[in-house]
Amino acid sequence: MSVSKIRIDKLSKTFGEDAAQVQALRDFSLTVADGEFVCLVGPSGCGKTTVLRIVAGLERPTSGAVDIARDADSRRPQNAMVFQEHGLFPWMTVAENAALSLEMRGIGKTERRERVAQFLEMIGLTRFADHYPQQLSGGMRQRVSLARALVADPEILLMDEPFAALDAHNKLILQEELLRIWEGSAKTVLFITHAIDEAIALGDRIVVMTAQPGRIKAIVPVNFPRPRSAAELRGDPRFGALQLSIWRMLEDEVRTARLQAEATR
Amino acid sequence: MTPVNQERALTVLSPLAALLVWQLASDAGLVNQRYVPSPLKIAEAGWALAASGQLELHIYATLRRLAVGFVLGAVPGVLLGIVMGLNRWVRAVLDPLVAALYPIPKIALLPLLMLLFGLGDWSKAAVVAMSVLFLTIINTTVGVMQLDRIYFDVARNYGTPWHKLFLRVILPGALPTIFAGLRISLGVSLVVLVSAEFVATRSGIGYLIWTSWETLVVENMFVGIIVVTILGVLATFLLRELERRLIPWQQ
Repeated sequence: MSVSKIRIDKLSKTFGEDAAQVQALRDFSLTVADGEFVCLVGPSGCGKTTVLRIVAGLERPTSGAVDIARDADSRRPQNAMVFQEHGLFPWMTVAENAALSLEMRGIGKTERRERVAQFLEMIGLTRFADHYPQQLSGGMRQRVSLARALVADPEILLMDEPFAALDAHNKLILQEELLRIWEGSAKTVLFITHAIDEAIALGDRIVVMTAQPGRIKAIVPVNFPRPRSAAELRGDPRFGALQLSIWRMLEDEVRTARLQAEATR
Repeated sequence: MTPVNQERALTVLSPLAALLVWQLASDAGLVNQRYVPSPLKIAEAGWALAASGQLELHIYATLRRLAVGFVLGAVPGVLLGIVMGLNRWVRAVLDPLVAALYPIPKIALLPLLMLLFGLGDWSKAAVVAMSVLFLTIINTTVGVMQLDRIYFDVARNYGTPWHKLFLRVILPGALPTIFAGLRISLGVSLVVLVSAEFVATRSGIGYLIWTSWETLVVENMFVGIIVVTILGVLATFLLRELERRLIPWQQ
C-alpha cells in the first residue's frame, strides 16, 4: 500500500490571458499510494476538476508535474474518467457505450460483447444493453458511465462528482456499489465531491481544498475499517464527528468562494 | 366505424371528392378545358405517355440528374462542413466564401455551368449539386460546432484514434443536423432541376412540362406537374426512411 502511484508536484494552472487571468490552482502537491481511495473536497470553483483533468491528461498544467507509476503489465490504460455529466454518447447503445474503451483499442465485436456483459450484470443493467441512454433514468446513465470506466480496466479511476446529480437514495445505492466493486479491484481512485459525507464513506484520505486559487488546506485520514457499508457508516457517531470537523475546515473556504462568485458577477 | 377509422376514411375521401368535383365542373362546362383539362383527360394523357415509353424516359432523366447532383453536393458538403466545424482557421478562410456564394440563386449559374460541363446531364447535375452543397456545408458546420465538448474529452480519455473519432463521434453527433439540411436541399434541388430542364435539354419532367406548354398540349403539362410532385414526395419519403435507419437513437 505504501508504493506511490500518483505523485503530483507543485501543480499550478492559470486560465485566460492578460487581465482576464484566473489562477485556478496554486502549488498543489499530493502523493497517492497504489490502491488508495483519495477524495478531494472543496468549494465550487476551487480547481478540483482541474486537478483531475490534468492527471487524466486532458489539460496541461501551467507549471508543476504529475508523475504516474505504471504497472509492470502496462497494456491496461493508465486512467479512465467518470465524468460529472456522464458523457455517454446518445448514438450508442448502453452496451456500445460501456464497450467504448475496447472498441477504441480495436477489440472485436464478440469479445466486446462478452466482456461488457459481466459489468452490465454487476451494475444490474443487463436488460438494458440495447437501450439508448435517453431511454434510461439519470441513475442508470451514471451506472453505465461507471461501467464504461470499469470495462476499460484502468490502473487509476478518476471520478468527477459522479453522483452529484442523483437523488439521495440513488446516491447511497451507487456509493454502496462503488465500494463493493472497488474493494475487490485494488484500483487507485481519485474521487471529487462536494459532499463531505460521501467523501468519508468512500475515501481512505480526504483532501480538503481552499477557495480559488485551489491549494491543499488539510489532509484528513479516514480510519473506518473495510469492507465498508456507506449506509451503516452513517450510523457511527465518529462519522458525525468527522463530518463536523471537516465542515469546520471547509466553511470559511465556502464563504470565500461565494464572495468571489458574487464579485465576478 | 371508430373515430380513428372515420378520420382515415376522410383523408382518403377528401382528395377523391375534390377530383370528382373537378371532373363534374369540367363536364358541366364550368372550367375552360383548353387551360384546365378534366382529371379523366389528364389520366388518359398520362396513360398514353406511359404506354409510349416517353414518360419513363423523362422520369429516368430527371431522377438520374437529381441523384447524381445530390450525391455530388452532399458528400463534399458534409466533409467540408465537418472540417469547418472542427477547425476555426479553416472556418475563418471558408466562411466568407460560403456566405457570399450561398445566396446566389443557383439557377442563375446554369449558363456558366453549361459552358463548363456542356449541354448534357452534367450541367444539370452540377446545378443540383451547387444547390445542395452550400446548405449541407452550413448545416454540417453547425451540427459539428454544437457537439458538446464533453464528447471530445470522453473520446480522448478512452483512447479514440482519429478515424474512430470521425466515424463514431463527430459524424453520428452531427447527423441529425446534417439530415435537416439534406431535407431542405432535396426540395430546393427539385425546383432548380425542373427549372433547368425547362430551357436546356430534350428530356426530363421539366422538359415535358415546358414543351407541352409550347405546343399547347395542356394535358401533358398537367401529367408532368403531377409526376414531379409524386417524385418529390417519394424522394422525401426515401430520405426520411434513410434518416430513420441511420439515426435510430432519435425516435
